[in-house]
Amino acid sequence: MNDGSPHELSAAYALDALDGDELRAYESHLAGCDRCREDVASFRETAAALAYDIQPLEPPEELERRILKAARAERPNVVPLRQRWAIPSAALGAVAAVAAIAVGVWAIHLSNSLDNERTQNRSQNAIVAILSDCTMTPATGASARVCIAPTRKAVLTVDNLEPAGPGKTYEAWVIAGKRVEPAGLFPGGAGRTYLRLTKSVPAVATVAVTREKAGGVAAPTGGILISAKVKPT
Amino acid sequence: MRGRRGRSEPTARELAHLSDEAVLALIARSDEQALSELYRRFSRLAYGLAFRILRDDALAQDAVQEAFLGVWRAAGRFTAERAKPSTWLLTLVHRRAVDLVRREERRRTEQLQPDSESIGSEGPDELELLSERQSIREALRKLPPEQREAIELAYYGGYTQSELAERLGQPLGTIKSRMFTGLARLRETLEESAVGQTSSS
Repeated sequence: MNDGSPHELSAAYALDALDGDELRAYESHLAGCDRCREDVASFRETAAALAYDIQPLEPPEELERRILKAARAERPNVVPLRQRWAIPSAALGAVAAVAAIAVGVWAIHLSNSLDNERTQNRSQNAIVAILSDCTMTPATGASARVCIAPTRKAVLTVDNLEPAGPGKTYEAWVIAGKRVEPAGLFPGGAGRTYLRLTKSVPAVATVAVTREKAGGVAAPTGGILISAKVKPT
Repeated sequence: MRGRRGRSEPTARELAHLSDEAVLALIARSDEQALSELYRRFSRLAYGLAFRILRDDALAQDAVQEAFLGVWRAAGRFTAERAKPSTWLLTLVHRRAVDLVRREERRRTEQLQPDSESIGSEGPDELELLSERQSIREALRKLPPEQREAIELAYYGGYTQSELAERLGQPLGTIKSRMFTGLARLRETLEESAVGQTSSS
């Protein structure tokens, strides 16, 4: 390795020990040198390891707030959602969309209290987990579908259902043979509702929705508004 | 690698089980909670590094802030094959810190011996930190003193290779090859110790 070789500079570059003309010259060399880029990448790992030989220090408390505030100001495109569970419909479906759903869901935190946040976050993570790997069954009666994970946990997705109204709620049911079990409540309304069913869905079953009095009931009294017949895959 | 623990924000804790790469993927989608989680993991390391180079609280905060915002802006372009997220972040911190130190001309107490205080708490995060620290310390010890000196002055002191040549009274070529040979050896030792750890666990 002779002194004039630009390859040798990969180490100094990774240590940020080049400046001015040297730096510019090396960077233009780097642009056309695959081997150098590899060298720099691995030397960067080595250089970063040096940071661990330093006493870590707690930064002043306001720093995190300041960073988050600045970050927010740079990305005004994180739109807080108006409504619980309402998620842009473009976000549904493939595994690839799950992270986007997660972002939508987490955006809710910006405008909610801490306690709500805690429980919401937990169920939202569960919903995202189910939607990331599930089999979809379309429903009749409304724009709705059930997606069932291999664990048999399921999420019911309903679009733009007329609000259940005062003193009323929608209630989901898992029906298997003669067993009819309540599986969760939701208010309906504009936008998309994601409901994580509180009961697992067997291989042969029907997921149904009725309208009931607020607070829900133990056995359905209203007519079936939405129904999805689940078959073994 | 988690830099910090014991914070109570529930939302950030929900992300605690994710890998650094997954956290970065969420940051790429403008997820502020994920940015907060990355901060929780690495802010102490980042601030420690910046402060070591700059010896000034306001400037060190500036370097850390710019680095995290750099991640926020460019997370979408990050590719995991090229580097670990922690490496990327620390690279940004380091670059910003040396830029500042050169601009401010304020650097540089002459004590460049590694800090010797202990890390203190012994939670799992801290243990991980400690083991990283042990590896790098041992690797540095194995270097010939003049290579170690060049690397430490460059990395912790923010000196350019030309400044080092002048300071150490050596030809520039000598400094270049000390850095190159030293860093290559360091890389080799660290790789060996990483392999050793994997195969023994």
